[in-house]
Formats: sequence, structure tokens, C-alpha cells
Amino acid sequence: MFARAAASAAVIVTLAAFDGAVAQTTSQPPDTMAARVEACTPCHGNKGEGTSDVYFPRLAGKPAGYLYNQLLAFRSGRRKYPPMNYLLEFLPDPYLEAMAEYFASEHPPLPQSAPSEVSKEVLAQGELLATSGDAGRNIPACVSCHGPGLTGMQPGIPGLLGLRAAYVSAQLGAWRYGTRTAKSPDCMQLVAGHLTEADVTAVAAWLATRPAPANPAPVPKGTYALPFGCGSQPN
Amino acid sequence: MGSKLSIALLSIKLLALAALATAAQAQDKAQGKTGDIIARGEYLARAGDCTACHTAAEGRLFAGGRPMPTPFGTIYTSNITPDPETGIGKWSADDFYRTMHNGRFPDGGLIYPAMPFASYTKVTRADSDAIFAYLRSIQPVNQKNKPHELRFPYDNRQLILGWRTLFFREGEFKPDPTKSAEWNRGAYLVEGLGHCGMCHSPINALGGTSQSDAFKGGLIPMQNWYAPSLTSNREAGLGDWSIKDITDLLQTGVSMRGVVYGPMAEVVHNSLQYLNDEDTRAMAVYLKGIAEPSPPPPASSTLPTTESSLLISLGKTVYDKNCASCHGTQGEGKPPHWPPLANNQSIEMQSAVNPIRMVLNGGYPPGTKGNPMPYGMPPFAGLLSDNEVAAVVSYIRTAWGNRGTPVSARDANELRSAPLN
Repeated sequence: MFARAAASAAVIVTLAAFDGAVAQTTSQPPDTMAARVEACTPCHGNKGEGTSDVYFPRLAGKPAGYLYNQLLAFRSGRRKYPPMNYLLEFLPDPYLEAMAEYFASEHPPLPQSAPSEVSKEVLAQGELLATSGDAGRNIPACVSCHGPGLTGMQPGIPGLLGLRAAYVSAQLGAWRYGTRTAKSPDCMQLVAGHLTEADVTAVAAWLATRPAPANPAPVPKGTYALPFGCGSQPN
Repeated sequence: MGSKLSIALLSIKLLALAALATAAQAQDKAQGKTGDIIARGEYLARAGDCTACHTAAEGRLFAGGRPMPTPFGTIYTSNITPDPETGIGKWSADDFYRTMHNGRFPDGGLIYPAMPFASYTKVTRADSDAIFAYLRSIQPVNQKNKPHELRFPYDNRQLILGWRTLFFREGEFKPDPTKSAEWNRGAYLVEGLGHCGMCHSPINALGGTSQSDAFKGGLIPMQNWYAPSLTSNREAGLGDWSIKDITDLLQTGVSMRGVVYGPMAEVVHNSLQYLNDEDTRAMAVYLKGIAEPSPPPPASSTLPTTESSLLISLGKTVYDKNCASCHGTQGEGKPPHWPPLANNQSIEMQSAVNPIRMVLNGGYPPGTKGNPMPYGMPPFAGLLSDNEVAAVVSYIRTAWGNRGTPVSARDANELRSAPLN
């Protein structure tokens, strides 16, 4: 009888020890998107606010549809940047969607706009193109698609604020040379095809000087009509 | 008379109806059988990972056209949809079997060994027929094959004859009667359709693998990832892994012992995650079985001792600041999602290529049915100098009882330019 009780006690002690061991070895990372996207943070910041590297863009607060399209384009190699292509290659659509929604829902403050290194004349040219376009050269104003406040429109059109001139200029260059493309009709490629190098410098510089708006959120879908068809923003 | 005639007519009608019913049943049965063969073919095509090469990025399924960089130039994969002009629509099951089994086109032409026919030769006729039936059933795509861009003299297909003499042994898989049915099934999948030896064997200058070096590991040409040996427990030998850890790794991409990354992430993503539990287990049993215990690695480093100890001491600082929050101060990790680094063969093995690349490039294990939202490792290429990368890799290769050797800043620097895709 005593032996049996002792044996039972031993079993209980063993089980308790075993439970402890299991609890220890099954200590898991937090079951959150923040923990899952840590691979993004060295370049894009902890909450997608961007880092000191001027070529890595802010992701936070951009429309989820836009971010998802970019993730798909990087995964398939349509948008080329080997470190991104490599990271995303074997991730399924629903996961990319969740990543896009995560960064879209983050709202760290926009950075202070940096003083520009270009002349007043160049900034004035940038402002003119961004706000009025140049009908003679078939260049629509940036605001006609990216919104009067340049904060973008749900679900597919990104805001243009909080980005450094170097990034915007590199992207516009990539659209012009056809190394960055999007779903047909590829509206940005059409627009960028009409820009000169000087236009790109001017627009990128002016955009980077814009102060943060009171409400940086992208406006709801259909708030305004687009001037032409756009594969990334189907009607 | 009248009634007799009606009875006769009725009988004929009944007989006819019965015959129709039987014919319909037979047809149903035949269709069911064909459906089964196609489904089996699809499964086997997954096991052979045909899509990894025969489907291009944003391209149609199995329409080919994917560029495959090789040390000899670029090969473009072929259209294997049933399109009669540009695909395999005019092929017979015999033609398909000859291609799989003997590496020759229906007209007898030689196929470049980038197509793993040296492994596929082990596939049975029945399995080859099932894969063919499946490929016949998919959407045909009219897309011409792109000509290869191979440098002289490799553009001469006759050279393949030499390669075949040296490295190709034709023949279906022969089960080993001394082993279990499960072991043999695993061997059939690993050596045949799985074509694991294409990467996990040293590739010599002639682009071939000698039989005696099968599964002994090697640097994958053009990709600069090291495919570890499957026979040495010092590398990816699975001798001291539990069957569950092996099947977890193959099916979900993560396990309590480590995760898959680099080219192996592709294999799990496109192929292994689709295999059923029995086949995955069979592969695990076989892989565990072929691992040969190895003597402890020679702890020889090309680096002078003083340089090594400086590196390792800097490495601990880098590790505690950047890595310990996930991988733990003792390298214990939080498996399966944050892999342990202590007693992790992939960190300790003689080639330091993979740990250096993981630090530089980071990476996600594949998203699989069993692990649809994997945790990722951040890339540190932009945050750490060559010296810091070398230091932290030297540290994790030697700390906590790990028996790897230190690496130099030069080793780290060379891998910064390694191709990422």
C-alpha cells in the first residue's frame, strides 16, 4: 500500500517535472503580425515608418491594396529588388494580404519634411507639375490620382507624403525606363514616360518638402474620379 | 402470336436497356479510373517538383520558358503542356517514358542533364504513365520553347554523350529486399522523383555527380548555397533526428531542430508539403537510415588563434545586441519558429556559406499548409560590417558546445554579392 502510494507520488512528481519541461521547450514567439514581420523592420522601421536609408520607403498607412500589389509584384519578380524578391518568394497570398493590412493599419507620425537641396525655381516647377500637370505634354497632375491632399485613395493608390526625394526619384526613373511596371493599363508608366529627368528631380524634391497633413489617411474608394484607367485601381 | 411477339420485343428492349446500363456503368468506371490516374499523376508531378523548372514566374502552368542559369550558360525550360505544336501534345506515353527514363527526346535527341533524368530514370513505368496522363489533362498553352544560350563548346549536344558515359546509369529503382517496404518507398521517392541528389551531392567541374558521392553535399553552382550532406550527421544527416522532426521539416518547413531556407524552401513550398503522411514518413525513415555517424570534425581553422578569439569576443557583443532576443542567450531559440542555433548542424557544418548568407540576407521559411504564416529572419547586410558578420557567425559556430570553425571578414564579404534569386 505504502509502496503503491509512493509510486503514485513519484508518477505525479515525474509528470509535474515533465509539464515544466514541456512548458519551457514550447515557449513560443508572440503570435502577432508584429513578430512575423520583423524581417521587414531593418529596412522599413519597426512600424513601417521608414529608416535613415533614403531609398527604403515608409510603408505605414499606405492603402492595403497598394501594399498587397507591391508584395505580389516583388514575389513574382515583376518589381525587381533581389533582397525583397528573395524574402517573399515562397509566401502565400493570404499571408501577403495580412502583411499589407498590418502596415496599412500602422500610423506612426510622418517624418519632418527635410529642407530641400534644390533651387526655388526647381521647387516651383515641381509644384506646378504636381498640382496642375502639363496638358501640352500629356502630363496629368499628381493630385489628380494621388488626391488633393496627396494622401492616396483606397484601395490601390498610394499617398506620396513621408517619402524622401531620392526614393521618389528612383521610382519615377524606374517607371520611365520600364524596370518598374504594374498591371495593365499601367497608368504610372504612361505618365512617367512623358517626364524628363529634370521633371523627375523637380517633382521628387517638391513632394519631399510637403509638411505632414492633419489627416494622412488615404481617402475612401471613389472619392474622386481618375482621369484615365489604371490597372492597380479597377473601377 | 401477338403476345409472343410483344414479349419478345419487350425482352429485346429489356436486354438493350440492360446492355446500355452495363455500358454506362463501364464508362463510369473507366472515367473514374482515368480520374484516379490523373490525380495520382498530379501527386507524382508534385513529388517530382516539375513546376519548379517548367513554370516561369507569372507564366502559365508547365508552359516552360524559365531561365535556368548554369555554369555553362542559360538553359530555358520547355513547354510540357499538351499543346500539339509547342508542347508535348503529339507525344505518346512511350515517348514520355523514354524522356524520363533515358533522357532522350522522342526523335532520339539528347536532353541536357539540367533535367534530372539521372534521377527520374528510377521512376516506374506506371508512375511515368500517370504523370503523362496528368500532363495530358492540363490546359494546353501555345508557347514556343526559347533556344538555350549556352557557351561554346557546351552548345554542342554531342558532348552530353560524354557526360552520360561518366555519370548516367539507366535503370528503374530496385528495392532492397533486406529493408522494409517503408524504407524502400522512401528510397524510391528520394532517389527518383525527389531528385534530392541533384543538389545534395558534390557537383564536379563536368556538371555531374558520381555515384560514390551521392548525397554527400555540395555547393550549388550559380546559387552559392551549400546543400549539406544527407549522409553525414555533421551536416544535414538526420541520424539523430526523431522521425517527427524530419517529417515536420519536410511537410511544414519548420521543426524543433531547424527550419528550411534558401533553395530548400522552394522544394518544400512546391513539392514536399503536398506529399501525404505515409510518403513523408517513408522519406524520413530512409533519410534517417542513410545517415552515417561521423567522427568529430577536425577543429581546424585557417585563421590565426588571436584573430579568432578577437572575432569571437566581438561576435558575442553583436549576438547579444541583435540575435539573442529571438535565438536566446544560449542559442536555444524558440522552436519551431525561431530555430535553435546551439547543436544546429546547419550552423556548425564545415561550410560556413549558409550561416553567413542567413545573417546577410535573412529569409522566410516557405508558407505551407502546416505553417501558413512563417516567422522571418531579418537581413543584416545593411546593418553589420563584414567584420561584424564574420564575428557573429564565428561566435554562433563555436559557442554553446557548437563545433564549427571561425570565419573571416573576407568570407563574409564574398557572399555579399551572392545571387538572391
